[in-house]
Amino acid sequence: MKYFLQRLAFYLFTAWAAITLNFFIPRMIPGDPVQALVTKYQGQLSSKAIESLYVLFGLDKEAGIWDEYVSYWKQLLSGDLGLSFTFFPTPVSEIISESLPWTLLLVGITTVISFFLGTGLGVLAGWRRGSWTDGLLPVTTFLSSVPYFWLGIIAIYLLTGPDSFFPSSGGFDSGLVPAWDQYFVPSAIQHSLLPALTILISSVSGWILSMRNMMVTVSSEDYITVAHAKGLSDRRVALSYAARNALLPNVSGFALSLGFIVGGTLLVEIVFSYPGVGFALFQALGASDYPLMQGVFLIITISVLVANLLADIAYLLLDPRTRKEG
Amino acid sequence: MTIPTSSIEQVIPGQGSMAQPETGRPAKAKRQRFRFVSNRKATTGLVILGVYVLLAIIGPWIAPYDPGARGGNLVQPPSADHWMGTTHLGQDVFSQLLVGTRSVMFVGFFAGIVATVLSVLIGVTAGYVGGKTDEGLSALSNVFLVIPALPLIIIITSTLENAEDWLIALVIGLTSWSWNARVLRAQTLSLRRRDFVEASRASGERTWRVIGFELLPNLTAVIASGFVGTVIFAVLSEITLAFIGVTSNTTWNWGTILFWAQGQQALAQSAWWWFVPAGLAIALLGTALSLINFGIDEFVSPRLRSAGKTRIKTTSGRTVRMRIGFTPVLSNSPEPHTRARPVPGVDPHGATPVVRKEVAP
Repeated sequence: MKYFLQRLAFYLFTAWAAITLNFFIPRMIPGDPVQALVTKYQGQLSSKAIESLYVLFGLDKEAGIWDEYVSYWKQLLSGDLGLSFTFFPTPVSEIISESLPWTLLLVGITTVISFFLGTGLGVLAGWRRGSWTDGLLPVTTFLSSVPYFWLGIIAIYLLTGPDSFFPSSGGFDSGLVPAWDQYFVPSAIQHSLLPALTILISSVSGWILSMRNMMVTVSSEDYITVAHAKGLSDRRVALSYAARNALLPNVSGFALSLGFIVGGTLLVEIVFSYPGVGFALFQALGASDYPLMQGVFLIITISVLVANLLADIAYLLLDPRTRKEG
Repeated sequence: MTIPTSSIEQVIPGQGSMAQPETGRPAKAKRQRFRFVSNRKATTGLVILGVYVLLAIIGPWIAPYDPGARGGNLVQPPSADHWMGTTHLGQDVFSQLLVGTRSVMFVGFFAGIVATVLSVLIGVTAGYVGGKTDEGLSALSNVFLVIPALPLIIIITSTLENAEDWLIALVIGLTSWSWNARVLRAQTLSLRRRDFVEASRASGERTWRVIGFELLPNLTAVIASGFVGTVIFAVLSEITLAFIGVTSNTTWNWGTILFWAQGQQALAQSAWWWFVPAGLAIALLGTALSLINFGIDEFVSPRLRSAGKTRIKTTSGRTVRMRIGFTPVLSNSPEPHTRARPVPGVDPHGATPVVRKEVAP
């Protein structure tokens, strides 16, 4: 329990650090981006919206940096992330709450599948060292060096077309309205297959490699020799003795590398025009939509932190040593 | 407030069961240094990397065309004039690829150096000094580790308008040092208690000398593999930034090529020559760097090498799979298990199987 609380405190600290970072970054922007926007949307911005923008960008000249910081937090806690410029005048929070489920489902499910698949293959490759599984290694090395988005481009080029089963872009058929019904759900699944496959192929190799190396390390431990000497079946030794112990570092590695994976998957969304957070970020970049960019960064960071917390709980359940009170 | 370090401690060579004997004569150490080059993976990786470095230097000179120059042949497939075809403006893709190599290699190496220097400073200090300093620095690197690096880099570079290559490299370097710092801290913690470090401390060496002359040489492999890993990450990040159009499109790199290919509907026109070479160039560079890293890993912990032949046939015709930490015991076979011959003149039933000098003929 103490371990869990420590982790929770750490994530709260990290969330604070990320938000503070988010507060300072726009203050590096040269010039006056708000004024540029006010002229762009002449007459459309209410004076309250302009004021809120000035707080977000830190151009509120009269206020000191501390007052700015306090009012930034106040805005944030009331769920106000500012107005998006791209989808003016939609609030950023609304855009994010629309696109987040897409990303969570696509990235979440594929990451978990990739972790289990890669770990399984890694157990095999590590245990059967010297058999055909060693041939997997060069292939996986190559695949893990390919950028996610390029693999996506290739997948679109090779697998989509006018009469292909796979659609090349979007999250659902354009004629449908998002709802949980028998028309929308199959269409959404069909659209997510190719992005999911792309993420799966390029992320699975990392798990294979790390699990293989851990298996190789673990399989020379004394308890493995003892298990063999007891005459246990090869399968039992591999799974209950070696894999179980080799899994722990992979689980904590899972938590740590989530940040990297999420970064890569955002790119896949961009290539496939998938209506998730990454695509929103891409649209924001094109229009210098700073409030939306910041909002997306914030939501990605918080999602990664929550996922880390979940991985920690899994670790807690797997490793009895962390449950010790003390 | 530290993440359980088991993952790192267990994979770090030179610790626990992987500890290497520390008694090594200089001559032996020298031979081992050459053994790194004799590793097939490392050599392959180094050769490919060498070609890339060469192209980064001479690329702009040997490029047949100006990468930005427009030509009359729009979106042409590869031909004798244009080895990798042309773009929507008739630009030569091959020249763009050659010229872009320099920017990619520069950003990769510069960011790698920045991140490596930072990680050594922070990781080794945290591990060696310990106490409150360690807690503070560890918390800092954990924060940077958990915050998704790529979105952060995207946000920062988008606020810098038309950032130059060195600025992009700096941003990437400043945000991607944390993993190496963690690994180095864990490794330093274990080295700190070794006898030779204690001895140099006891003999009154200054802290910087203990770190510089006792610790760092023993951390070389970890630092090198961290550097290579960061270079891979930096290259991918730079290309990503250019691909999504965050950085300026006046300098060429492979991401810029992909940016234009994506923006000008290369896919819809089936112009595969436009986006395939750049991607393959990235993948090949990444593979070469990974191979170097595997070489380093296998150099410091030989067990990770992919074992050659592990199946052996015994004289009785059974196959046995050799496994590390496990010696196969062949039972119930009347045949001898080895090819060694009994020494004549020794009574095999009475004597121990040690060849004694006095009974040998």
